[in-house]
Amino acid sequence: MIEVEHLTKRYGGHAAVDDVSFTCAPGSVTGFLGPNGAGKSTTMRMICGLAPPSAGTATVCGVPYRRLANPGREVGVLLDASAQHAGRTGREVLTLAAITMGVPRREVDVKLDQVGLGAGAARRRVGAYSLGMRQRLGLAHALLGDPRVLILDEPANGLDPEGIFWMRGLLRDFADRGGAVLLSSHLLREVEAVADQLVVIGGGRVVASGDTDELLADAGTLVRARDGEALRRALAEAGLAATGATGPAASPGGGLLVQAEPGVVGQAAADAGVVLTELRPAGAGGLEQLFLTLTGGTSTKETTA
Amino acid sequence: MSASTAPTAPAVAPPAHPGVRGPSLPRLTAVELRKLVDTRAGRWLLVGIGLVSVAIVVVQLWVLADDEQTFTAFFVPQLLPAGLLLPILGILSITGEWSQRTALTTYALVPRRERVIAAKLAAVVLAALASVLVTLAVAAVGTLVAKATGGSGDWSFEAARLFHAVVLQVLGVLMGAAFGLLLLNTPLAVVTYLLLPTVWAVLAGMVAALREPARWLDTSVTMEPLFGPEVTAGQWGRMAVSVLVWAVLPLAAGLVRTLRREVS
Repeated sequence: MIEVEHLTKRYGGHAAVDDVSFTCAPGSVTGFLGPNGAGKSTTMRMICGLAPPSAGTATVCGVPYRRLANPGREVGVLLDASAQHAGRTGREVLTLAAITMGVPRREVDVKLDQVGLGAGAARRRVGAYSLGMRQRLGLAHALLGDPRVLILDEPANGLDPEGIFWMRGLLRDFADRGGAVLLSSHLLREVEAVADQLVVIGGGRVVASGDTDELLADAGTLVRARDGEALRRALAEAGLAATGATGPAASPGGGLLVQAEPGVVGQAAADAGVVLTELRPAGAGGLEQLFLTLTGGTSTKETTA
Repeated sequence: MSASTAPTAPAVAPPAHPGVRGPSLPRLTAVELRKLVDTRAGRWLLVGIGLVSVAIVVVQLWVLADDEQTFTAFFVPQLLPAGLLLPILGILSITGEWSQRTALTTYALVPRRERVIAAKLAAVVLAALASVLVTLAVAAVGTLVAKATGGSGDWSFEAARLFHAVVLQVLGVLMGAAFGLLLLNTPLAVVTYLLLPTVWAVLAGMVAALREPARWLDTSVTMEPLFGPEVTAGQWGRMAVSVLVWAVLPLAAGLVRTLRREVS
């Protein structure tokens, strides 16, 4: 329901988004992962017609976003929960959107209730809201038109653990009823738990994408040695590709991620007489290791979840 | 690198809303009118315009000689503060979307930005028309009070004055909106708008060569006849030139800028 093809955004000579392609199918949650500054928000703004792409196309429900007659009824968008007029009440923000979309006013109360903003909170001005409340209001805004697609940029930001759990359930339910969700995050645990498929982006480029379970299964082997240099030589001699030892996101202590079975890696180390201090499937470390590894060369240092 | 792997949930999309149409211009105008009054800042700006009008008439009832307390005498001076504040309303209605970053939601709901701009212009023009109605009402109340307290209370009023007042306020609010649209920044637009007549006056005072262009381009000069009952063809012509330069051109350039601008 969202099709992104070769989307590129250049600012001057710098490519903020570089040839990004992915698809979001009905009934699925797509996690859009990457460190801050990786190009997630820029990609989402291009999908929503708010920023013109330098190259490539994006369609939602089969047409470019800007050609949707009444986008709010097809696509629920939450790009920045703080981008609301501080002087309006929560209810007023939704009422304006309801009038614009032609949604009955009673839906405002239904959606406020759905996201857990009570009558008291709805009467308060958005300027007095916590970030978590703004996220809830933003979700209510996105859900207001009963759309088939949700595009949410960092919706878990500012939510407490209970709120994150609640939102996960809400998105899962939305997808299970046949909707498509595109959800960006740098909170890896958050996405791992709810996404059916992942698109990992680093430095503007897609560095991995596919089914969440498959990506986690291929995470390879994490290996660490007392002498990191010797280990690297040993792996190179055995023809095993190792990543993660360079760049700002390298594991502390010089751990390497190898795309091979632990047994193969251990054998290579033993053959070269390298003493290992750690050897385990990286999948046990989950998405975080994958994420750190894949984005290691291109990311900023803000990669901790 | 596309990843259209099989989803785990039944791949049946919820039905689209059949026959859903985009918001009409009247609907968008209603939204923009609501936005003018649904914040404290907007409400107080409108209330302020009304209060200043009332204050002026109250002062006039004190200071004007009895035979000068006429409807026309109450009507005309009110045009000045409203004429100053309405352009600010025009500026805020445009720039508020960017300073408060609501452009992100506004233009996501209505990607055809020119329709939002058209609705905003319609809304501020309606506000200008409403302000003329308030001016009439306050002047009428002033006239009634004058009559009751021994003043003249004369109701004679040239219809052309009403037409000129409407032109004055509508052009003013559109000029403000044009400045907002072009500069897309509240303080910059407000300061530029307010300083412009002063800059003209100072420059025209110092540089003799600018005196003639000022008669055609300084809106505080070209629009001055609108405070009276008679405007000559030459005055309309000079007004048209100044409006072309300070409203039509910035509106056009600002529209292009807004349509192209990246929202973030």
